[in-house]
Amino acid sequence: MRAETITPDQLVGACARMKAEGFRFVTMTCTAMDENSFELLYHFDKNLELSTLRLTTSKDSPVHSITAVYFAAFLVENEIQDLFGLRFPGLALDYNRTLYLDEEIRDAPFCKNAAAEKNTAAE
Amino acid sequence: MFEQITRGSRVKSPWLLHYDCSSCNGCDIEVIACLTPVYDIERFGIINVGNPLHADILLVTGAVNHRNRKVLENLYEQMPHPRVVIAIGSCALSGGVFREAYNVVGGVDKVIAVDVYVPGCAAKPEAIIDGVLLGLEKFKKLSNNWRGVGGIFREAETNES
Amino acid sequence: MPVSTIPFGPQHPVLPEPIHLKLTVEDEVIKEVVPALGYVHRGLEKLAGTRDFHQMVQIVERVCGICSMMHAMCYCECVEAMMGIETPPRARYLRLIWSELNRLHSHLLWLGLFADSFGFESLFMQFWKIREKVMDLQEATAGNRVIVSVNVIGGLRRDLSPEQQQTILNILDRVEDEMRLLEKPLLGDYTVMKRTKGKGIVSAARALELGCVGPTLRGSGVAQDMRQLGYEAYGDLAFEPRVEKDGDCYSRLKVRYREVFQSIDLIRQAMEKIPAGEIAAVVKGRPEGEGLARVEQPRGEVFYYVKADGKKYLERIRIRTPTFANVPVLLAMLPGMCLSDVPVIVLSIDPCISCTER
Repeated sequence: MRAETITPDQLVGACARMKAEGFRFVTMTCTAMDENSFELLYHFDKNLELSTLRLTTSKDSPVHSITAVYFAAFLVENEIQDLFGLRFPGLALDYNRTLYLDEEIRDAPFCKNAAAEKNTAAE
Repeated sequence: MFEQITRGSRVKSPWLLHYDCSSCNGCDIEVIACLTPVYDIERFGIINVGNPLHADILLVTGAVNHRNRKVLENLYEQMPHPRVVIAIGSCALSGGVFREAYNVVGGVDKVIAVDVYVPGCAAKPEAIIDGVLLGLEKFKKLSNNWRGVGGIFREAETNES
Repeated sequence: MPVSTIPFGPQHPVLPEPIHLKLTVEDEVIKEVVPALGYVHRGLEKLAGTRDFHQMVQIVERVCGICSMMHAMCYCECVEAMMGIETPPRARYLRLIWSELNRLHSHLLWLGLFADSFGFESLFMQFWKIREKVMDLQEATAGNRVIVSVNVIGGLRRDLSPEQQQTILNILDRVEDEMRLLEKPLLGDYTVMKRTKGKGIVSAARALELGCVGPTLRGSGVAQDMRQLGYEAYGDLAFEPRVEKDGDCYSRLKVRYREVFQSIDLIRQAMEKIPAGEIAAVVKGRPEGEGLARVEQPRGEVFYYVKADGKKYLERIRIRTPTFANVPVLLAMLPGMCLSDVPVIVLSIDPCISCTER
């Protein structure tokens, strides 16, 4: 898998460049590396070729939202807010961590330090 | 007399309400397949309705999660008495393959009382029809034990069949 | 004119699946749409921590019951590519046949539901009657009507005997004949055109910008179909994506209607060329590294990302399903439309909510 590594500051500029070149936004992938650092992958498609941007971030340093460039990213950014507890400042349609999860689950379930598999509030 | 007519016709032609909790669609499309010409559940006088206030039988597919349990409770509350709940598919029975997932509460019976369980992943239309007819039997018995006043049914002394 | 808010769903007679749309309407015209999801979210991706990578095949099949086979196929392709497994040629053809059967039943299901969304109930019944033939084929060949669980990592677990292949071809001939009969009532009907033409228009540029996939994108005139990637045996067969220009509900309807015949054609081509031989490769070791795979589902492109570190359990599995990519376009389609057109437009993207939320 080819991926171009960028820093969080370059992200919005890189996305704008992608859009100008006619790339279609496919999706984002977030992976928890350890308790506090996360890897974000931005996947784009042009003429059936995938290209990926890769960046590393942590909980304390939010990555700017790319919804101003690609509006379609609002769903996946909200999903990552829900599942990983990251925040994306500038998100066009912010559900504020209620896209998927209700108040029963407040820990981000995909984080490495997430509590037990099954939340205790479930009972 | 009015009461008797209502009761009789509800038993004769029960109306279904289908709610999809977090099902994978497998059971949903089988429920819809029951309504179509090959299986045709309408030959038993059963019609699918969208309004819980009109429904006699509630079909639930899929495991319950935290968000849709509120919807499910709400729908169940709105249904007139007596009512029968049928859980369809492994997920509605116990949570199925998803029971370990963090957002899944479990089977339907963790939230509301279930009368008939239809197993299968996905449950076959024949099984669903069979389950609905079993539910209908129970509905008949319940109807005989319920007494209504002014169109509203209230619980009789013995509410269980 | 006062503005009011109307909730649409989650329990709605037209859509069997729970999606909630908050519609802001002025008179009868929609001004703004905010979707609310989460009624089907289970947290499937997290189950990768409790099931090993072979068992995950059964989990991903249940992302969505309608395109179960293709989810498993995409996942297997992804893991096979990571492990460097070469699937036998026969398995590649068999996967194609089953996935096209899956697409057939899904498109017929959609055509029926779409007819139902504008109240054409007899057409709904007709399509579902035809669909039962495909369901019977799936049951006869795979053992289950809905969850076609034939994939394993490395290939398949079931083969098609020559008799079964003949049955498939015979039944598909009948499906094709019956579908031809329904062309006039579906595509030539005045009422259908009135309800679908000019509704929910998206231009090609807008569709690409909003990241649309599948028939929604092709209905806007963009010839993009993941089957062009040539995964499995698609590279060996003659194949041309079906494209319509107008970008409205009618075009999307036409794309899907024509894709039904395309699927039948692909199955016939595959049956002619299918080689004899093994159906599964030997799998040794565990996946390591990162992998991506894309497959064209009935609703569009599905995207799998798998990350593994050589352990029994996968580190991360990410599934981007077609409806997830098609929800943003709804927000662009609906404003300016009448409230009565909402079910038609929402269904025109063929929403699969259990895919979207996993």
